[in-house]
Amino acid sequence: MEQQPEMPALAAETSAAPVVKIMGVGTAGIGMLGALNATEFAAAQLAAINTDAGAFAGCPAPVQIHLENKLLRGLGSGGDPERGRALAEEQFSTLKSACDGANVVFILAGLGGGAGSGISPVLARAAREAGALVLAFVTLPFECEGNRREAQAQQSLEALKASADGVVCLPSQRIFKLIDENTSLLETFRVTGGFLIEGVRGVWHLLMRPGLIQVHFGDLCALLRDRHAENAFAFVEATGAGRAREVVEEILSHPLLDDGRALAESSAVLVSLTAGQDLTMAEINRVMDEVKRQCGHAQIIMGAAVDPTLEEKLCVTVIAARQESAPVSRWPQTETRTAGPGMGTREVVVARTPRMKKPGNRPIQTQLPLSIVSKGRFDKSEPTKHNGEDLDVPTFIRRGVPLN
Amino acid sequence: MFDDSNIIAGLEIGTSKICVVVGEQGPDGALNIIGLGQARSRGVRKSEISDPAQVEEDLRAAMFEAEQMADVEIRSVYLGVSGGHIRGFNNRGVHPVVSADREISPDDVEDVVKNAKAINLPAENTVIHAVRQHFYVDGQDGVTNPVGMLGARLEVDMHVIHGNANRLQNAIRLVRATSLEVDDVVFTGIASSLALLTNEQKELGALVIDLGGGTTEYVVYSNGVIRHSGVLAVGGDHVSNDLAYGLKVPLSRAEKMKIEYGSAGITEAAKGETISLTNELGLELRRINHEHLQQIMALRLEEIFELIAQDLERVGLVDYLRAGVLLCGGGSRVPGIVKLAENVFQMNVAAGHACAISGLTAALDQPEFAAAIGLVKFGSLKSRRREGRSFLKGVFDRFLQR
Repeated sequence: MEQQPEMPALAAETSAAPVVKIMGVGTAGIGMLGALNATEFAAAQLAAINTDAGAFAGCPAPVQIHLENKLLRGLGSGGDPERGRALAEEQFSTLKSACDGANVVFILAGLGGGAGSGISPVLARAAREAGALVLAFVTLPFECEGNRREAQAQQSLEALKASADGVVCLPSQRIFKLIDENTSLLETFRVTGGFLIEGVRGVWHLLMRPGLIQVHFGDLCALLRDRHAENAFAFVEATGAGRAREVVEEILSHPLLDDGRALAESSAVLVSLTAGQDLTMAEINRVMDEVKRQCGHAQIIMGAAVDPTLEEKLCVTVIAARQESAPVSRWPQTETRTAGPGMGTREVVVARTPRMKKPGNRPIQTQLPLSIVSKGRFDKSEPTKHNGEDLDVPTFIRRGVPLN
Repeated sequence: MFDDSNIIAGLEIGTSKICVVVGEQGPDGALNIIGLGQARSRGVRKSEISDPAQVEEDLRAAMFEAEQMADVEIRSVYLGVSGGHIRGFNNRGVHPVVSADREISPDDVEDVVKNAKAINLPAENTVIHAVRQHFYVDGQDGVTNPVGMLGARLEVDMHVIHGNANRLQNAIRLVRATSLEVDDVVFTGIASSLALLTNEQKELGALVIDLGGGTTEYVVYSNGVIRHSGVLAVGGDHVSNDLAYGLKVPLSRAEKMKIEYGSAGITEAAKGETISLTNELGLELRRINHEHLQQIMALRLEEIFELIAQDLERVGLVDYLRAGVLLCGGGSRVPGIVKLAENVFQMNVAAGHACAISGLTAALDQPEFAAAIGLVKFGSLKSRRREGRSFLKGVFDRFLQR
């Protein structure tokens, strides 16, 4: 593209710091671009892509790519992802050149509509062909938006998974748990986008902050590239004296990380800790110990960084990736989330790709209902969890002691 | 009304029973247990109320029995609380001494204690106990009372026990609904250790494990102060449930078999033996392997001890328990449990007895009542302290230090 902006002032560290492009696709994606903190992401190059010219108004991105075709008569893709896809294919070279020179491309999009669902997978492919690592951060529509949009979103997600290196996806429906009755619609969309942006921020910090124990760009690539993984993603913050403990508890009890089970099932885990000057070795140790214990055999990559602006805060970003070939156990989703400790006080952001796969894609070993251990009188009471073990299940069963 | 201020009642709403212990404090401060009431508890799971109406009914029955026996009217109680939501941890508070002569005043002590209590708990949690452990004056360790000492920097270690405010409030409201006042809320683990431990044992270091019906509480004392506390939401109910599941018998039958045939280890007598289950006419229905029964129990109880041992190892307190381990609660009646605990902890284990209280020996000898007796003891220490308050104002939880 000719209208490429000047490279931001990273010249000195170009060799170390990767070039990052953040692309908002569709109306929702552009909205998220607008919500990015301009100063924090100063080193990133923003670009907006849409089929509807109206959405560019007020968008801060210096690069705006308007995919237009006479057939559309300026009405956008009309909620049809096929049109979006066709347009993107048509102008594949434009998209590819927009991604030129980037090491990492973040794609922000809301799936379910026309532009986001249609263009994102093509853009991801284009970016990969341009030699970049592609991370997509997408939202899935609310259930009330109807099953057509839902189906479109699912289809697009599959396509995106096939073409991007990593997909971090936040089903909007989950937001219902985190907002209250009176939250307005606008506010809700803002919150959903905000969560994704927190995710982007987490990865951004990984790449950009000078780390004491650095997470190299290569590490992130190794974690995500070609795994086509489902990844679980958590960004947790805590302040105060017991912050390491809080962070660990927060990670392990996270409903969107399946109470920490996502860690146990992952094949590679990246943990990055960022805190102010007062970050102690003991804190790092505490967090890593717990993660290690949960992960079992997973390859663990850790990074630690000091950022004086954080003062007392400790931020931990956890990305868990699961290899496609790894055996998948399907846990019955009986998540009844009791009001978690401190949901209101601490900011917790998590997105996770759903476990949904195309039916018949891959044989999945399901648990026969016969072998489920009944908890007898504790069936309906709050489960007693201890380090991920359900203590209500008889000990002899958990330990596999034969009785005969 | 007559002087009934020397009547102290402890109420424990447990998973298997609700019990009330009434104590009378003599003019010399000696505590005498004069009444005991108990009722089967039907509305509690894992030490938390699940059916308030049922609990209220049982509570009235227990209160009635206790009042009859002691021949007094109970107006207020010390309420024991437990449950898996309760946590204990240690926190340190720091306070710079600013007065010109660097003498530490009672106000400084108050401030440092306040600092140590200012912890960021989850929003819905509330502090049940905040117990002083030691003061440090300019880094000098082991100061018990720094008032009057000179120093620039005063620190204090506190043991803070906190729990979910709503769940605690549920129990309090229920008691208030029966037109009783709640004097104070006490973590039952602390109550049990108060009943069981002598001052020497607290000084030497001891672990008290209360094996209750729904939860297991444990408290570690060392150098005279509480060093660690915790709750496992696993108890006798789990043992019964395991048996019901493993032996395929109804829960009520499992409960009976646990009491009649249970053991915390496989006994010689049980090897190869079977127990016959009979119906109401005395006809045999099935035979059950005695060895399996004991094995299922042993595994569960062993696991409870192992979890506690792991926790103590984690906080590094294992080497401080020179007085060993004391067991109480219904679970301590299981034959062979002392031996099992000795194997797990690798130290002296004994079944605890309520000490330094006189009165109904029948009550004092039962390990189930340790917590309720401890509640009365807590109340007596507190009221004694209140009398002394005019002399020494603002001393907080001092009795817990000794």
